[in-house]
Amino acid sequence: MVLAGYNEEMSDSISSEEVKHVANLARLRLTSEELGIFTEQLRAVLDHAKDVEALELDDIEPMSHPLPIENTMREDIPNPMLRPSDFLSEAPAVEGGRFLVPKILGEEA
Amino acid sequence: MSGTVPENYQSASEIVNLVTTCEISAVEILERYLNQIEEHEGDVHAFNLVTINEARAAAKETDRLIVEGEKLGPLAGVPVAIKDNLCTKGIPTTASSKILEGWKPPYDATVVKKLKQAGATVVGKTNLDEFAMGSSTENSAFGPTRNPHDLSCVPGGSSGGSAAAVAAGFAPIAIGSDTGGSIRQPAALCGVVGVKPTYGGVSRYGLLAFASSLDQVGPFATSVKDAAIVHEVIGGYDPLDSTSIKQAPNSFVQAIDEGVNKLKVGVISELMGGIDGITHEVIEQTNKAVSALSDAGAQVEAVSLPAALYCLSAYYLIAPAEASSNLSRYDGVRYGLRVDGASLKEMNVNTRTEGFGDEVKRRIMLGTYALSAGYYDAYYGKALKVRRLLAKNFADLYKDYDVLLSPTSPCTAFKLGAKVNDPMTMYVNDVCTIPSNLVGHPAISIPFGAGKDGMPIGVQVLAPPMKESVMYQVARTLEQASQ
Repeated sequence: MVLAGYNEEMSDSISSEEVKHVANLARLRLTSEELGIFTEQLRAVLDHAKDVEALELDDIEPMSHPLPIENTMREDIPNPMLRPSDFLSEAPAVEGGRFLVPKILGEEA
Repeated sequence: MSGTVPENYQSASEIVNLVTTCEISAVEILERYLNQIEEHEGDVHAFNLVTINEARAAAKETDRLIVEGEKLGPLAGVPVAIKDNLCTKGIPTTASSKILEGWKPPYDATVVKKLKQAGATVVGKTNLDEFAMGSSTENSAFGPTRNPHDLSCVPGGSSGGSAAAVAAGFAPIAIGSDTGGSIRQPAALCGVVGVKPTYGGVSRYGLLAFASSLDQVGPFATSVKDAAIVHEVIGGYDPLDSTSIKQAPNSFVQAIDEGVNKLKVGVISELMGGIDGITHEVIEQTNKAVSALSDAGAQVEAVSLPAALYCLSAYYLIAPAEASSNLSRYDGVRYGLRVDGASLKEMNVNTRTEGFGDEVKRRIMLGTYALSAGYYDAYYGKALKVRRLLAKNFADLYKDYDVLLSPTSPCTAFKLGAKVNDPMTMYVNDVCTIPSNLVGHPAISIPFGAGKDGMPIGVQVLAPPMKESVMYQVARTLEQASQ
């Protein structure tokens, strides 16, 4: 996904249109008043982050995690596990041993 | 200044001695703490839930085992308060969010299981900033916690409920989680000891994830020794946490009184005035800690951690990025709140819009933005490089120094409402604590004097990964010097 305005002015502050778009991606709805407040607040944080954005770090490897670990596998030995009913009993809606959700097919992505 | 702090604290180790030698029963101990809760919880609001019945049953069971001559664990009869983002089987676990209100986990977090096995009595679930996002505990959906030293002030956050519970004498120990300072900063503001262990040193199984590469579970206590005892109990390898470090059993208490003679201590210049916003009185107090260590025989020198200047920015890109992914699971399908809608997407949107508070929404949006194509390299990618730079800085320093020293919080506890509407001002509270999270190193905050307002000040000891033993030694020396 490429956000509008990226190509022209990348380090310009986030616009309210972009906040609206991001909220939609994150499955959040904002009132117009909230949109104004959040846009201003996110701008303040991103303005602060300009110090990082400005750094020349081409020869530095990114570090996404404090430990150098990759796929951790356990031994393939059967262990006692929770039953599906332990989880389903806490779900908002279930039917026939499954989580029940509103209609998905035919819905816009 | 009006507060609710008891005159003396009883240590966990003292309680264990009394209970195991039958001088006092676990039930009697529990009732003392429940009385204190009864009297002051209305003012402090440290808990989302006090589990009185379960606690009484657990204490009774401990007493039964004693009568039957069974061997008891290292926390026999010790009441413990658990942050409400750690799963407790059959007991509501909310993360102080409306989106999980009423949800009862089907299992105990590993730390909770270990505490119970060690004989501790769980007294309740403590308040926090929603999903541990905040530095004041004002972002709780169930109302703020107040600082027991002055009820008009915040306790810090996000584990403000756990810190306040220990400071108010509601429990001698408490458990919190620390993603950017959420144990150490409230410990400093409430005048108690708080520890963030090495990343991977304590299991995160059953901790509701905020930022998985930064989150770590740790103890609050009224003394360094108690913190070390609890850390020994909750630490260790857990096959249920894929980031858990395979390690020999921890031994922190044994060497705790060995002092600091000939140890080399580096004082981080960037956090002693190099970065704006750290108050004069906090720096002054940290300098007194420097003198105390020096007097005790340590070799103390000023050092530079250049990447510290960029940690706040890096953290507030990395943590929201991880949070935006972790919190996508709250969609109204599997647990907690569902607000109906005509379609799946509408139900998701309705649930999340109603269920999440403003700070959580802010961070989810910030993280989604920082991870989006076109901005990924500029923000998240750059932040990860700062993290590497910081790790290199630390590694260089630890070639020459055993531990590092800095303030814990840039200021003493502030008034409720003072910063809550200005996120960036709030985020600055984490400036001294964030570096340890970014690299996964352990750090401890120890109370060390007070500010002009009489509110507690904490100093922070940072150590290399898995070197908590020396961290506790230094902390113990500072504790003795401050008494």
